[in-house]
Amino acid sequence: MADEAHSGGGLEFHPMDQFIVKPLFGEIGDPVHMYTITNVTLWLALAVLATIGLLVLTTSKRAVVPSRGQSVAELAYGFVYKMVEDVTGKDGIKYFPYIMTLFIFILCANFLGLIPMAFTTTSHIAVTAVMGFGVFFAVTILGFVKNGVSFLSLFWVSSAPLALRPILALIELISYFVRPVSHSIRLAGNMMAGHAVLKVFAGFAQVTGGMALIIVPVSILGVVAVYALEVLVSFIQAYVFTILTCVYLKDALHPHH
Amino acid sequence: MEGDIAQLGQFIGAGLAAIGSGAAAIGVGHVAGNFLAGALRNPSAAAGQTATLFIGIAFAEALGIFSFLVALLLMFAV
Repeated sequence: MADEAHSGGGLEFHPMDQFIVKPLFGEIGDPVHMYTITNVTLWLALAVLATIGLLVLTTSKRAVVPSRGQSVAELAYGFVYKMVEDVTGKDGIKYFPYIMTLFIFILCANFLGLIPMAFTTTSHIAVTAVMGFGVFFAVTILGFVKNGVSFLSLFWVSSAPLALRPILALIELISYFVRPVSHSIRLAGNMMAGHAVLKVFAGFAQVTGGMALIIVPVSILGVVAVYALEVLVSFIQAYVFTILTCVYLKDALHPHH
Repeated sequence: MEGDIAQLGQFIGAGLAAIGSGAAAIGVGHVAGNFLAGALRNPSAAAGQTATLFIGIAFAEALGIFSFLVALLLMFAV
């Protein structure tokens, strides 16, 4: 079906082509083709290296007067620390390293994806679902370990009238299990949608014909505007992913309504 | 005029699913607008509620992303 959509459009390239996972080396049919790393692997590795570079290399000197890199790392540290403290409370601080790692990794992956010709790893549900379900399982197991069976009181809304509670319990249960899905699809969907819009505008920028003199400058301005929006969205989605992780963590630590 | 009726349904369905993105836009605007209305009445309390603002926006936006995903699935996966 994708091939039909390819030939149907008037654009030179398809806006969704940028999300195709390709092996880096070898041609189709080569034996090496199946075993070589893909562009997803490459850009995920670069995101990990960027995380290490930002947090480990810049702060290793522990200068009293911080360098530029150390300032950025300290700023990010303080930002996430305050977020964890505000949302989950004092006893959530113990899980701060996990949340900090998630935030910086997603931020680096999002921003690396904004480099022209780069591959946006977080636009794939396969990548974000690992993080989303990781949070889901971690939080659920943590809730049972910390609270035992009374963790289930998360679903039993004791402030509601008794007759309504079974219905509310069902709704709460469904919403609990939808959490990892929406958690991961939100990030992937936002990144994918934004980058697809960028490529749609870029496709309009190469039209020819009578209207080209008007369409081309407008669509190039559109690319610039959407790119600026994407820089903002990259940060906000990393922030939203982390703050929702904090909210889920708070539910696990304090399940009582 | 060529193509089969299944493809017609696919495209119409994808277009209908795109309405959900507009509905999510209304939802996000509602959240942000109400936050601003409240924040201007009591600016001192606004700073503490930005996290809630983003959570609200994220929940409203997620449903729009779902409809976008349905449109994508109809176009490329079915």
